[in-house]
Amino acid sequence: MKYERALAITYRYFLLVRGNWTRAFQIFIWGAIDIVLWGFITRYLDSVGGQSVNFTTVFLGAVILWEFVTRAQQGVSSPFLEDIWSRNLLNLFGSPLSVGEYLFGLLVTSILTSIAGFAVLVLFAAYAFGFPLWSIGLPVLAFLGILFIFGSVLGVVAISILLRFGPSAEWFVWPIPAILSPFVGVFYPVSVLPVWMQSIAHVLPVSYVFENLRSLSTEGTFSSSELLLATGLDFVLLGAACLLFVYIHRRALQSGAIARFSAESYSG
Amino acid sequence: MNTVLEVKNLQKSYGPKQAVKDVSFSISKNEIVALLGPNGAGKTTTLSMILGVLTPTSGSIRLHTHSLEHDRTAFLEQTNFAAAYAQLPGNLSVIENLRIFGMIYCIPDREEKIQALLSEFNLEKFRNTKVGLLSSGEQMRVSLAKAMLNNPQLLLLDEPTSSLDPSTAEIIREGIWTFAHAGSGCVLWTSHNMHEVTAVCDRVLFLSHGKILLEGDPKTLPEMHGKKNLEELFIAVAREPLSFDLE
Repeated sequence: MKYERALAITYRYFLLVRGNWTRAFQIFIWGAIDIVLWGFITRYLDSVGGQSVNFTTVFLGAVILWEFVTRAQQGVSSPFLEDIWSRNLLNLFGSPLSVGEYLFGLLVTSILTSIAGFAVLVLFAAYAFGFPLWSIGLPVLAFLGILFIFGSVLGVVAISILLRFGPSAEWFVWPIPAILSPFVGVFYPVSVLPVWMQSIAHVLPVSYVFENLRSLSTEGTFSSSELLLATGLDFVLLGAACLLFVYIHRRALQSGAIARFSAESYSG
Repeated sequence: MNTVLEVKNLQKSYGPKQAVKDVSFSISKNEIVALLGPNGAGKTTTLSMILGVLTPTSGSIRLHTHSLEHDRTAFLEQTNFAAAYAQLPGNLSVIENLRIFGMIYCIPDREEKIQALLSEFNLEKFRNTKVGLLSSGEQMRVSLAKAMLNNPQLLLLDEPTSSLDPSTAEIIREGIWTFAHAGSGCVLWTSHNMHEVTAVCDRVLFLSHGKILLEGDPKTLPEMHGKKNLEELFIAVAREPLSFDLE
């Protein structure tokens, strides 16, 4: 692995964001809208629900953390989409850049854009609704690590779908986090789900984050063993997602999909 | 003979359809070779396989000692390409694109190299212009500058002058000729312009239905087959490939 090659992918996205403010804007705008919505909902619930549950932590904290997953996913898939839109895949994959270097570059891009978007949202929530996420304490760092890796898994799966089915499959990319959110219990305990949905929740690492966020809020405790399990699951899923991308890339080389990608992107 | 590129028994099939059938050729140092043939003959398929973006069904491709199959990175570090359908991203400026590909090809003294290429291809005044705002001729010059960033041993060109006016095309041809004869590399070029092929190329390979039918010097080959010029020979090969297949 030559890091210079991988970082070229990150540098390219940095230039794109720097060159057009709308790209920077989309990194935090949807999360900010969610915070406004859920900030007022939690204010209302706190006013009618008394002190029994800390709704701000349970809902506003959950919204910020879930947005972090979405940011991590889009941090991987957005630079790939930029390569499709600008018909650049042939230039990249016809160069010495390896698949591993390309994925590494996308992951570094995702780390930077996720942190930037997350920082804006945390400050906004603290300023607008008096909710400092850091009040959760050190466990929030573990939460963020688990959430970031899972978001990256979703991103790598999304770009695998794009590479397999072509530019017309772009619409698959955006709703992936929304499709998963009912299973991971962002706003409610996993125990309220039907058994078959709980089975899926147990293999999704982020469900442990939201369970522990609630337990921190209500009982002031968290389970480090669950967080370790979530981290392990994360790495297994990340490895599987990268293997999926490598497999689909190899198939694309056999079918000629990469060589044809430019023409298909051009014709829309 | 200093062989730079060696292609042996290259085949590509899509199910029962054979796009490239047992193609073999080699290119030597300082040689410019044209891959000619009608649309659908297998030229771009062959180039795509040599560029590593299409896996052959069978056969081998070597650049010096590097096999594309087993030593892909080393092979592609010494290869580059330009094609009318693979322009650089239009939403980045000329200098930004060249810096990014300079990083991808790990070019030492990157800024000096980029500056030299901007001068060579007369792109200095466009250095901060977004590539998408340039004319097709200017975009092709940017693609060629990118293709020469790593001083490739093998330069692949897929119809680089197809959409250019005669003056711009002449400038591009001169640049390619200078590149091929100044260093230790070689060029594999596809074109439908028989006049430019005759003027620039040392050798032509006629491809039809995925097979090489004829090979030779573009200046003498037409006469050997009773044709007035390369264009006449091209038309004959395209229309009656079987008569050449039997030769």
